[in-house]
Amino acid sequence: MKSAAESNGNRRIVLHAENLWKSYDEGTVAVLNGVDIECFAGRSVALCGPSGCGKSTLLHLFAGLDFPDRGKVWVNGAEIGPRSNLLQLLRHEVGFVFQLHNLIPDLTLAENCLIPTVAAGIDRRTAKARLLELAERTGLTRRLDHRIQKLSGGERQRTALCRALMNRPKILLADEPTGSLDEQSSSMVFDLLLDLVAAEGVTLLMATHDRSLATRCDRLVEMHDGKIHEYAHA
Amino acid sequence: MIFLKLIMTNLRRHRVRSLISVAGITFSVAAMLTVVTILQGAIGMFSRILSNDSEIIVFERDVSDLFFSNVPADAAAQISSWPLVAHANPVLFGIVSSEGHPIITCFGVTSTDARIQKAEWLQGDRNSFAQRSDGVVLGARAAEFLSASLNSQVQIGHATFHVIGILKTANGFEDGGVFMPLGSAQAFFHKEGTSSVITVKLRNKDDAATFKEMVRTKFPNLIALEDTEFTRSYSQFRILTATAWAVGGCGLLLGGLGVANTMIMSVFTRIREIAILRVNGFSHTQIGGVIFGESAVVSVLGAIAGLLFGTCFLYALKLIPALDGYVDTNLHPLLVLTVLLLALLTGVAGALYPAVYAMRVRAVEALRFE
Repeated sequence: MKSAAESNGNRRIVLHAENLWKSYDEGTVAVLNGVDIECFAGRSVALCGPSGCGKSTLLHLFAGLDFPDRGKVWVNGAEIGPRSNLLQLLRHEVGFVFQLHNLIPDLTLAENCLIPTVAAGIDRRTAKARLLELAERTGLTRRLDHRIQKLSGGERQRTALCRALMNRPKILLADEPTGSLDEQSSSMVFDLLLDLVAAEGVTLLMATHDRSLATRCDRLVEMHDGKIHEYAHA
Repeated sequence: MIFLKLIMTNLRRHRVRSLISVAGITFSVAAMLTVVTILQGAIGMFSRILSNDSEIIVFERDVSDLFFSNVPADAAAQISSWPLVAHANPVLFGIVSSEGHPIITCFGVTSTDARIQKAEWLQGDRNSFAQRSDGVVLGARAAEFLSASLNSQVQIGHATFHVIGILKTANGFEDGGVFMPLGSAQAFFHKEGTSSVITVKLRNKDDAATFKEMVRTKFPNLIALEDTEFTRSYSQFRILTATAWAVGGCGLLLGGLGVANTMIMSVFTRIREIAILRVNGFSHTQIGGVIFGESAVVSVLGAIAGLLFGTCFLYALKLIPALDGYVDTNLHPLLVLTVLLLALLTGVAGALYPAVYAMRVRAVEALRFE
């Protein structure tokens, strides 16, 4: 058994799950059946598999949004559980991008992006500078004051990406980030996602159905029936 | 700023619902303000009747109502003769009915009483008071509703009286009352040899404690209270005040239920948003702050509108001739502050359950919520 903080060669393990079991509806719906996985710092990992195989659940466990029935989860060497400092985890260590952008429609693009900085109590000047930096990289500078309803699907997902990276997390968890986009937008958002994680040195763990996108990650992990079946290097 | 916008977002999103909620608090605050102000005005008026050119009131100990108080005439005579007393006036209160007027307040007073000597006489001569046993002086409003003028005959209760004067006072009770010579009032109300109270003016206000002690010693069945003490301790006033606050409180409770309903709906309709805020690092306290902030905005807006509405309503009531002198439109700052604070507390209490519910939302479940 490896410790979560243990290094593998030159790479540090930042996400580590060991023998994870998770079920819903009082145990009648088993979702994870003994999952073991490790992700190294600065690498991008794609989780592939059919719907219901446990990809989203695994991401939720790494974000501290849910807890396993059995097994252990470590993020940056710290075990995640109900008594962990989950606010610290969500505010500074992990960013989350969903399939649906999950933006607040009545706020502007800029205001949506600033939500994590408000939660973390980051001063306005620093937050604004970071917002402008990310907006520049994602091509959203001219849309900052626009309401979410006025943005295209691709722009909304780029906004969600900006929001997830606002507090400079070292880990990005993405649950089907291009799943609701057309092929062209999907490709553009995914390119941007890879560029950003590379530029910021972020570790990416991404659940996706799209094998063509998944193969562009550093590693590809197959999931079936709540188990990791194979590690495939792209 | 964003926090404030998150608070305002839902109110703007469901404008009609928010307006109904604000209106609930508005009417509650206006009702509380109106009821309490009118009753405090009435209490103030009654206090001023007692404190007319006097600072101490003497009445029968342990009576629940001044109308049941019997103060012997010799007590008034003795108290008048005390060196520290400037003047002491016995006053007899009585209530009678007349055709079409179920309640007419009667004041049995002596001719030296300030109510007679210092009032503005619209008709008649103040020196004629108590010259004839059936002669009465009417307050201006009483004269109006009894359709009486100088030298006319009025039926009051079972007897007919001759109007010898009409006077104008700023006090609604007095303006709608009938002033009789003390002896006539005693005979009319079958209270010969007694009065309801003695109103006392001291030569030196600092002698109040000595005076009260003298009354306690000489007349164990009587009690002397300074006007402020009386207003504070008189059971009828306390009952009236408590009733006013209870009625107003019920109004606010209903307003609070409206806020609670709005906030519950607010939380249920934005449960996904709450989950998004959680995933983006919002703490339970911050989530609760958004919900409580929303209810506080509703409460403050409702309270301000309620204060304006209530004040306008009081001014409108004051314009009704029948209520002239009964309504005090002076809003006491303490009352305004209390009503505002109660409205705010009501809003916060109304948001308590929704806020706790919102704080307990599990992001992972709420994100599945459609």
